Amino acid sequence: MLRGCADLLWRTMLIVVMDSALLVHRLHFAFTITFHYLFPQLTMGLALLIVVLKTIALKTGDEHYNHAARFWAKIFAINFAMGVVTGIPMEFQFGTNWSRFSRAAGGVIGQTLAMEGVYSFFLESSFLGLFLFGEKSLGRVGHWFAAVAVWAGSWLSGFFIVATDAWMQHPVGYKLGPGGEIQLDSLWGLLLNPWVLWQYPHTMMGALATGSFVMAGIGAFYLLLRRDEKYGRTFVRIGLLGALASSVLLLFPTGDQQGKNVARHQPVTLAATEGLFQTARGAPMAILGQPDTNTGRLDNPLLLPKVLSMITYGRWAAEVKGLNEYPRDLWPDNTPLLFYSFHIMVGLGTIFIAITVLCGLALWRGILYESRPLLWLLTLAMPFPYIANTAGWLTAELGRQPWLIYGLMRTEHGVSPHVSAGNALFTLLGFMGMYTVLGILFLWLVQREIAHGPEAAQ
Amino acid sequence: MSFIWYCLVALMIAGYVILDGYDIGAGIVHLFVAKGEDERKMVLQSIGPVWDGNEVWLLAGGGTLYFAFPGLYASSFSGFYLPLMVVLWLLMIRGISIEFRNHLDNAAWKPFWDTGFAVSSILLAVFFGAALGNVVRGVPLDQAGDFFLPFWTDFQPGAEPGILDWYTILVGVFALATLTLHGALWVRYRASGDLNIRAARLAKRSWIAVLLLTALTTLASFNIQPQILQNFAKYPVGYIFPALALAGLAGVYLFKDEMKPFLSSCVFIAGMLTSAAFGIFPYVLPSNSDPAKGLTIWNTAPAEYGLRVGLIWWLPGMALAIAYSTYMHRKFSGKVGTGGYGSH
Ligand code: HDD
Ligand code: HEM
Ligand code: HEM
Repeated sequence: MLRGCADLLWRTMLIVVMDSALLVHRLHFAFTITFHYLFPQLTMGLALLIVVLKTIALKTGDEHYNHAARFWAKIFAINFAMGVVTGIPMEFQFGTNWSRFSRAAGGVIGQTLAMEGVYSFFLESSFLGLFLFGEKSLGRVGHWFAAVAVWAGSWLSGFFIVATDAWMQHPVGYKLGPGGEIQLDSLWGLLLNPWVLWQYPHTMMGALATGSFVMAGIGAFYLLLRRDEKYGRTFVRIGLLGALASSVLLLFPTGDQQGKNVARHQPVTLAATEGLFQTARGAPMAILGQPDTNTGRLDNPLLLPKVLSMITYGRWAAEVKGLNEYPRDLWPDNTPLLFYSFHIMVGLGTIFIAITVLCGLALWRGILYESRPLLWLLTLAMPFPYIANTAGWLTAELGRQPWLIYGLMRTEHGVSPHVSAGNALFTLLGFMGMYTVLGILFLWLVQREIAHGPEAAQ
Repeated sequence: MSFIWYCLVALMIAGYVILDGYDIGAGIVHLFVAKGEDERKMVLQSIGPVWDGNEVWLLAGGGTLYFAFPGLYASSFSGFYLPLMVVLWLLMIRGISIEFRNHLDNAAWKPFWDTGFAVSSILLAVFFGAALGNVVRGVPLDQAGDFFLPFWTDFQPGAEPGILDWYTILVGVFALATLTLHGALWVRYRASGDLNIRAARLAKRSWIAVLLLTALTTLASFNIQPQILQNFAKYPVGYIFPALALAGLAGVYLFKDEMKPFLSSCVFIAGMLTSAAFGIFPYVLPSNSDPAKGLTIWNTAPAEYGLRVGLIWWLPGMALAIAYSTYMHRKFSGKVGTGGYGSH
């Protein structure tokens, strides 16, 4: 019986794999990038919050904030190491798994990827070394400056990589050569892509949300445990303010404008993310539902009438085209997952605003630190920004399908022709095993730092 | 334009091998020269604040290669798929070993990561050397400029080579010896006491190995890749590169203080790598059978505009990067383990 099951599983896996090297390459990239992005989002968020702590320490001369910064620097360092080791495979994979794409587009996106290395990774890694190892020798202002440089490096790196992604979502600044090759035509066009101008702030606010919820959550956890309470209050206060600001900015204007960009430049994607099959004037927005691509219907819908037309085109009666207007081979190939991940992100974003406003009011009235239900809420909220960020990227990347470079190159034309499904599966399994071990180690080491606590960190 | 970028990419690779080479070298010699916790800690402290910055040379070099020669990036990365994935795993194990080692203090944890650090460093050196060997030997490119190599076939660099054959293994061993010497010189320069003495002894021994292997590898390369001798015959200025390498190797032996031999070893590495780059020019990835199919600096480059505008941001960017790196190396210089910088 058991053997029968195992056998069946193995056979289905073989069929799937034999059928499609493309699928394995996509899973390979999706798995490794999703794992990588768990770390930079905290790096970028915490880097800013550490600058805040160091700035307060510098302004007020209060050592408490320096201690607090030192505690977070330890967690930052562990997280950074994970970001570094999982980031290196990302850069390689453009060449190893997506060689056709790299040959065609490397002259364009190679620019931003190289800029990331030259302008941000050097900055970030050098000053992080100084920040972690040189506090005594740098002096107060020097150490503050090192923190600022680490923050700048991480946000610059976010910019260059998001600009890379934005170009794939909305290619600009290029021209086609005589043989159809994609050639860079304007570096400024690439860097100031209208897509990146909203995607970048939105992603950075997503990162700040993660950093802030983690800081507030760990602070709340200390308060619940009734230990390290002075630090707990500081973490809750600063984390909560960051979380409130980022949650609001995620929705408006950045998320709203991203949605408008999708509507303008990727109308098929918009229809799929919203589960809209029929073209409609005054199109409704679905809060819940299950898109069924076979029947072309949204099952069990919960609709807000006319809202979709309003938020995409600014008029209640505007016409929004449904999926049925487009040939099937232009539909994003996993419409249900696209729909769910978008709704998870937006749903969580709404909940974040509710949580942070509620806790913010309690903080203002001076009852937050004693309110155990709210402290529990903050503690348990910690994983959710990670989920929202991951869901957001799934939305962006699935929504781009079936294009690898929107409108220019379909995904199946970008993959490495000679890397077989079996080889890619082998390395995918290798990464899965390696990342499982790394993930466990990471959680365990961070948990130890939290258990030691900020008092002991001195 | 492509020629300028060929030189710049070669310089970046040399920069990477020199800088990350000494911390990989420190890993190679780690278990052999450092006895006991204090000495092990000293080795790690000597690279702790700088190794990530050194590794960024690989990333920035890779990025530069990507936009300056996208055709090469695409072809070589997908063709060397399997060994590159192994290199990635080794880089990950190494990075984690360095960073996580000092988080816990017990009799199982630290030796475990020390071993991880040493083994991954040794294998990386061999793999990087073998990679260079593959590039010099050439690969079976098809019409589209693609290929895919298995790990090994019959260990002969013939018509159906694998990643590993006797020649590429030879280059791998040569790279291991070179980085052992480099790492031992680094540890000697940064460490004091017994560790310093043991590192000096290892450096002496590996110097002899490097000397022999240099001769052997050079002869084998002339044999495998006729382009090299043709290039030297055609452009005699090229002799400057091997001369540099020889001067470096002599310097390692002759200088009596601790810093100059290390710097000489840097010169040696730069000399060897630029000799190789000069030798295969204008190819960036030769074909092992039909020269016409080889990838050159021209047929892998993108349009002119990208290369021109790249130069405008690349030069100041790298100047900044070199400035940070120099500052870091100055700040964290001198003997480790005597308190002050580098202590956690
Ligand atoms: C904490 C994380 C987080 C939260 C709460 C939100 N987002 Fe988001 N969102 C992201 C984190 C994120 C992201 C991970 O950063 C993405 C992925 C790609 C990108 O540009 O940002 C993203 C993508 C993304 C896209 C897709 C763009 C595309 O298809 O390329 C849209 C339309 C929105 N967001 C809109 C919103 C709206 C209207 C929200 C309402 C609250 C919202 N996001 C909350
Ligand atoms: C900003 C840098 C990024 C770039 C340049 C990029 C590029 C790519 C590429 C080349 C692919 C493979 C082709 C494809 O299936 O479409 C892909 C797929 C994917 N990426 Fe991204 N990506 C980036 C960021 C992210 C992040 C941060 C995440 C997640 C947290 C993510 C999630 C995914 C997923 C889930 C897929 C698979 C989609 C599918 O299977 O259809 N991406 N991306
Ligand atoms: C395919 C896409 C990606 C590639 C090729 C890539 C590459 C890398 C590499 C090589 C590193 C290590 C740098 C070092 O050695 O210091 C790194 C780290 C980092 N990456 Fe990514 N990355 C990708 C996606 C992303 C995305 C989508 C973001 C953010 C929006 C991001 C932000 C960062 C940041 C902030 C770091 C700093 C270290 C850390 O993670 O803690 N990366 N990345």
